[in-house]
Amino acid sequence: MTLEEDYYRDMLRIRRFEETVLDEFKRGVFSGTTHTSIGQEANAVGVIRQLLPDDIILTNHRCHGHFLAYGGDMRALFAELMGRQTGICGGRGGSQHIHYKNLYSNGVQGGIVPIAVGMALAEKQKKSEAAVVVFIGDGTLGEGVIYEAFNMASLWSAPLLIVVENNHIAQTTPTEYALAGDIRMRFQAFGIPALELDTSSVMEIAGNTFQLMREVHEDYSPRALILNTQRFGPHSKGDDTRSEEVVALLKEQHDPLAIMERQLSSASVSSIRSEVEQEVKAAFETALADPVARMEGRA
Amino acid sequence: MKTTVLDSLNQGLISALKADSSVHLLGEDILDPYGGAFKVTRGCSTAFSMQVIPTPISEAGLAGVTAGMALRGLRPVLEIMFGDFTTLIADQLINHISKFRWMYNDSVTLPLVIRTPMGGRRGYGPTHSQSLEKLFMGVPGLTVLVPANFSVGIHSPGSILENTILNTDSPVLFIENKMQYLQPLLTAETLADFEVDLRYDPTDINQQYPIYCLSIKGAPSAAVTISAYGFCAELARQAQLKLAFEEEIFTELIIPTRLSPFALQPLMDVVARTGKILLIEEGTRSLGWGAEVGTLLAETLGDKLKQVKRLAALETPVPAAVSLETGMLPQQEDIEALLRKMSA
Ligand SMILES: Cc1ncc(C[n+]2csc(CCOP(=O)(O)OP(=O)(O)O)c2C)c(N)n1
Ligand SMILES: [Mg+2]
Repeated sequence: MTLEEDYYRDMLRIRRFEETVLDEFKRGVFSGTTHTSIGQEANAVGVIRQLLPDDIILTNHRCHGHFLAYGGDMRALFAELMGRQTGICGGRGGSQHIHYKNLYSNGVQGGIVPIAVGMALAEKQKKSEAAVVVFIGDGTLGEGVIYEAFNMASLWSAPLLIVVENNHIAQTTPTEYALAGDIRMRFQAFGIPALELDTSSVMEIAGNTFQLMREVHEDYSPRALILNTQRFGPHSKGDDTRSEEVVALLKEQHDPLAIMERQLSSASVSSIRSEVEQEVKAAFETALADPVARMEGRA
Repeated sequence: MKTTVLDSLNQGLISALKADSSVHLLGEDILDPYGGAFKVTRGCSTAFSMQVIPTPISEAGLAGVTAGMALRGLRPVLEIMFGDFTTLIADQLINHISKFRWMYNDSVTLPLVIRTPMGGRRGYGPTHSQSLEKLFMGVPGLTVLVPANFSVGIHSPGSILENTILNTDSPVLFIENKMQYLQPLLTAETLADFEVDLRYDPTDINQQYPIYCLSIKGAPSAAVTISAYGFCAELARQAQLKLAFEEEIFTELIIPTRLSPFALQPLMDVVARTGKILLIEEGTRSLGWGAEVGTLLAETLGDKLKQVKRLAALETPVPAAVSLETGMLPQQEDIEALLRKMSA
């Protein structure tokens, strides 16, 4: 399998996983909430596939793609969302609170950024050579604590890559209603070099991230990557306030899967598709049959 | 020179830094020669420069940074200069730090100690004098500790701090008190008038958090049980001593060092004997520690419990003027007056 095919498959796994989640939500298989990254798969795969084995990932509410790109087990993610004992965290965390190997997520915007800085500093202190990547959205640029974290990351030279997935919307609020000035300048104010990419091409994101991670590892200092991207799905479930035409146009112009499909042979696309289809189906069915999580402690 | 609570805590920090190079101290203005706003970290940066990190004024961010360090195998200790500023770390404490272990299905440890001084009686006014610990009690996954001014048996404020830093796997909020800092440590000799009994909650398996039970030596059985922590415990002890010798009113005083999760059991049999409990705290009265402990006692003791009284601060901000602050915070005379009534 070529790298292109490999990345395509990883993105498709995320896409099909999340489409299944949204579909099955309607049927009551899942409960609670979920946030899908349909349209943003190139960010997860492009960035995370450049990490070294010991590197660390901090992620947010929109974390399924990051988990799957990191190599997380699809059945365990389904099971976590279904509240099964076999879930990543035994059903305790659900969609936005997971820990697997060196990946940690939490559902409160902004709070993971200082934690990422602390982890980066700990690894540096231990001389482990691991670096940290933290994912935040454009809306999270409104949280004050991240600027305390940027300051300390730069001040103490934390080996950290801050990835802003700017999907131009936060829940229902367009970025221009919430964000003053220029995102890059916010990093530059703290002496953190920032690169901005306007692309849904996984290969372009991958190449640039590879370079940035090399700098982070070699210079032991933070970098920022601003990824201008598009969310095709609802914020959560059925809560998209944008018109269908607007979303359809975004998908036509920015679909990371379509971009890759144009570069691959139709034979390999269809074989990858059927492989992923089988994987998703098997993972879903296994998780569905798994035992429901039980609470202990009430006498 | 007598050893004070401050000296003891300082020695605890120094011993912890020495014992384990993964211990790191972070905080504002903690470098020598200043050594921290209340001097608890004095000497640390000189002796352990690699383990002491002076920080910007970024409490929320620092709570997150130290949480990240703890999740990745270090043993950070964070000083929050005034307890009042724990409001700024509330999101980290409640939504991140205290949740990670359980939420991640016990797949991580988070050995973090956040120390901070609470308390008034120094005229610092509404934002530098509060006792806000009740905001953090009852938060699942967070331990709230408070030292007592004793060096009895194997425990002292410094030893409790040191052991916690070196051994905890879970986050701890360590509540100090500005007035308590200057108190001399009381030892078996200086406590000669007292019978001091050390108890432990059965869930405190390693017996790290002593519960001190003080009664007057050779006294008849107590009429009232008192429970208090932090600086108020010392006020209660003074009141206990005075009433015993001047008015023959005898009481037992229970001083916990772990406030949350709260250890009721060691209190229970004492209260079962007297049937009367006075609960004292320096924070505001409503919906606080006293309310919880009183309820727990009522739930467990049923009609063996005859009287519950609380003494706490009035429901206002802490005033700056000495006269106002004295009127707002619980005083030794208030304790004495209540004990007279309760024992009558
Ligand atoms: C502190 C906090 N405030 C509000 C929310 C509710 N919330 C969840 S996601 C979200 C939008 C976040 O937008 P953005 O950072 O752009 O990320 P995106 O959802 O677009 O990936 C909001 C408001 C939250 N989880 N945390
Ligand atoms: Mg967004």
